[in-house]
Amino acid sequence: MSGGKEITTKIRSIENTSKVTSALEMVSASKIRKAQALMQSSRPYARMIRQVIGHLSKANPEYQHPFTKVREDVKRAGYIVITSDRGLCGGLNNNLFRRLLVDIGEKKSRGIEIDVVAFGKKAIQFFRNLKVNLVATAQDLGEKPEIADLIGPMKTLLDGYKDGSIDEVTLAYNDFVNTMTQTPTLAPLLPLPETDDEEVPNVWDYIYEPEAVYLLDTVLTRYVESLVYQGMLENIASEQAARMLAMKNATDNARDLIDELQLVFNKARQAAITQEISEIVSGAAAV
Amino acid sequence: MAHTIHCDIVSAEEQIYSGTVKMVYASGEMGELGIAPRHAPLLTRLKPGELRVELEDGSEELFFVSGGLIEVQPHMVTVLSDTAIRADDLDEAAAIKAREDAEQALKDKTGDLEIAEAQARLTEAVAQLAAVSKLKKMAKRSR
Repeated sequence: MSGGKEITTKIRSIENTSKVTSALEMVSASKIRKAQALMQSSRPYARMIRQVIGHLSKANPEYQHPFTKVREDVKRAGYIVITSDRGLCGGLNNNLFRRLLVDIGEKKSRGIEIDVVAFGKKAIQFFRNLKVNLVATAQDLGEKPEIADLIGPMKTLLDGYKDGSIDEVTLAYNDFVNTMTQTPTLAPLLPLPETDDEEVPNVWDYIYEPEAVYLLDTVLTRYVESLVYQGMLENIASEQAARMLAMKNATDNARDLIDELQLVFNKARQAAITQEISEIVSGAAAV
Repeated sequence: MAHTIHCDIVSAEEQIYSGTVKMVYASGEMGELGIAPRHAPLLTRLKPGELRVELEDGSEELFFVSGGLIEVQPHMVTVLSDTAIRADDLDEAAAIKAREDAEQALKDKTGDLEIAEAQARLTEAVAQLAAVSKLKKMAKRSR
């Protein structure tokens, strides 16, 4: 049995660790609220822009923008992967990577080449070791990312899609369901999936300034960007939630460990006392 | 009712304004716009500049938009504002930077990413240790 002093040092070090983990837990708990508020506040934009697109597509049935056209023969697929910059958030990023690997592997077996745009350090790190074409990255976007950070990396894929070198784009992120559940999600981004949720009243057309074709291009680009932005916010909320849970578990584990060690320590102390007493008693008997 | 129009101003990051107004003034790509209730349906791009709304009580509120879109229907005006100044060459510069970042990340063998990788390994190891200790405990109990 190890000495009493050794065990007390161990207990103290575990206590310190648990202090750190419980502090991290509380930090994440407060950050979740902010992240959720951010998610809420970006929703009106997506809803409004969907309305505009609904009107535009109803008003212009003859014109089809490349973003809405489905291509039969897919030769090259793009992925936009959103992960966290930091670790210590349980299996959040790894779950997403696992889903991605299956999807990418399936596409590769069909002879489709893969381009990846990575947001977040974890994604960059993951794809560095993988044999895929990493076309653009962005990291250190913080807890309140801005659309401006997104434009550059997005443009590389959107341009590829427009000139026909990329035939479909998928968005990969962690969807925030609630604080206990986050689901790794692969959502088709381009070609744009049909949205039929907006009711468009009767037939009338806008006055367009400039022409509808240019406007549609702007609107659709903004729409795709807002979808990615939304994904990014979901991912941030998911990251905080996952970290909170991971840190809560770590704190609980530390507490268990301390209890166990305390027991060992008490036993060791008891044994030492017993031994001392028996030594004294036998010494007295010998006199 | 006939003399007011509903106005929403939103950006991708937040809802900026929502309410009933008398008049909306904006600088469109093709010229200044003054939008009164029952304006004909219109869709146009906005130039970076100010956006004014005249409220029901006659007072005015001023916003700045760095471009975006304005959609007008007879009973509502929707402004989809950009938060960043957009221009083709600016966007292109951002795209080039992102591509360079990717190349840098692939080359970078030391620095942040290496540390992050080491940290990832460490957390994995810690998790494994935790699992082992849990197994040990279970084994002890079943004995």
